[in-house]
Amino acid sequence: MEDFIRLFLNVEVMLRTWPLLKQGLWMTAQLCAVVIGLGLVGGLFLSFLAMAKSRWLRWPAFVVIDVLRAVPPLVLLIFIYSGLPFAGLDISPFAAVAVAFFLNNSAYYAEIYRAGIQSIPAGQTEAARATGLTSAQAMAYVVLPQAVRNVLPDLLSNTVEVVKLTSLASVVSLAELLYSANMARSLTYNSSPLVMAALIYLAFLWPLVRLVSRYQRKLAV
Amino acid sequence: MDGLDRFLNTFFNGAIFARYLPDMLAGVWVTIWLAAAVIALGLTLGLLLACLRSYGNRVVNLCIIVFADLGRALPPLVLILIMYFGLPGLGVRLSGPLVLILVLGFVLAAFAEEIFWAGLTSVARGQWEAGRATGLGFTQTLIHVALPQAIRLAIPPLVNRVLAISKMTALGSVIGVSEILAVASTAQSFTGSAAPLTMGAIAYVIVFLPLVILTRILEHRYAWKV
Repeated sequence: MEDFIRLFLNVEVMLRTWPLLKQGLWMTAQLCAVVIGLGLVGGLFLSFLAMAKSRWLRWPAFVVIDVLRAVPPLVLLIFIYSGLPFAGLDISPFAAVAVAFFLNNSAYYAEIYRAGIQSIPAGQTEAARATGLTSAQAMAYVVLPQAVRNVLPDLLSNTVEVVKLTSLASVVSLAELLYSANMARSLTYNSSPLVMAALIYLAFLWPLVRLVSRYQRKLAV
Repeated sequence: MDGLDRFLNTFFNGAIFARYLPDMLAGVWVTIWLAAAVIALGLTLGLLLACLRSYGNRVVNLCIIVFADLGRALPPLVLILIMYFGLPGLGVRLSGPLVLILVLGFVLAAFAEEIFWAGLTSVARGQWEAGRATGLGFTQTLIHVALPQAIRLAIPPLVNRVLAISKMTALGSVIGVSEILAVASTAQSFTGSAAPLTMGAIAYVIVFLPLVILTRILEHRYAWKV
């Protein structure tokens, strides 16, 4: 038990390595902002393509979405980070992570938007068009707000997944929270920094996970 | 055409594909059995926990909820690093594949418990009452009346989650498990070519695309019924 506390819950080590982890946390926050922002926008765009009238737009969109859902995000990341330099494109770890997770998340967000938009009856669009709105306006002001509200729990739960996903950036040596914690572990020969990183993730994500459960229970009834 | 030739040679080099095909097949096999073990552990444990939760014992339920929340809120890679690098300090040395199966199995169990539980709470109260009224006990009603309906409701979200977590077996490459990604990365550094990475990505598409298509089929079938 004493060994356990010394190796995993060592407050002295945690305090000593906190500055390193704080920098990592800041990097994780930046990553989250970029990846979530890009994913939300890219996903919306991809969902429009997947619902386009022309099958020449629709089918490629589905192929892209399904392939992106079949390939693990870490594989996509390694492919972009270690593969693209062979094609003469040198890419920074941050850009590699941003591009890889942008692609991965767009596919997931696209599926959620599509489910939301298709849950809105066609009469809503027709009514909006009848009042003189263009189809773009009808989508933006009438359909989308209702659609997003319907799939808010799924959007939220996917966003939690995105935040967890950013920990994979440690594999390509981007100094985010997990990378910093693991570095601190190897410097101190002590696992407490990793436990501290886990606690930091928990502090941010536990409330969101609770919220997702709450929402979903309400829908089930 | 020179540029295109170079591109094809870099990412789709046939000679390298052929040379590493046996290694890659071994990697595919490792990925498949790891995923199978994770799915078996996760679904069994998740179902058991959801059933246990329906008995309504306060202390037990609190433990289950905390377990499910932790499993859903913590990034799996953090847990993998803690178990793989931390536990040896206590004299507990687990192999890479075992760490991967335990962590991903627990994470899947956390999600599966929530999904099965959502299914159980969606079964109408009258179903429970009818079951009890015919003389079945609580456990019998749970197993023969509530659970079959709950599981059917749970299947579409469950398949999505199983897919997402099976793909995470790629994290094994970080702790030296020789699954698809590890094989591809090793081959990439040996050959100095990006072709093995392409090969790895293709292998993942072949292994997991059927599951993705299954989620689409289930989604359609589910949409029809509602």
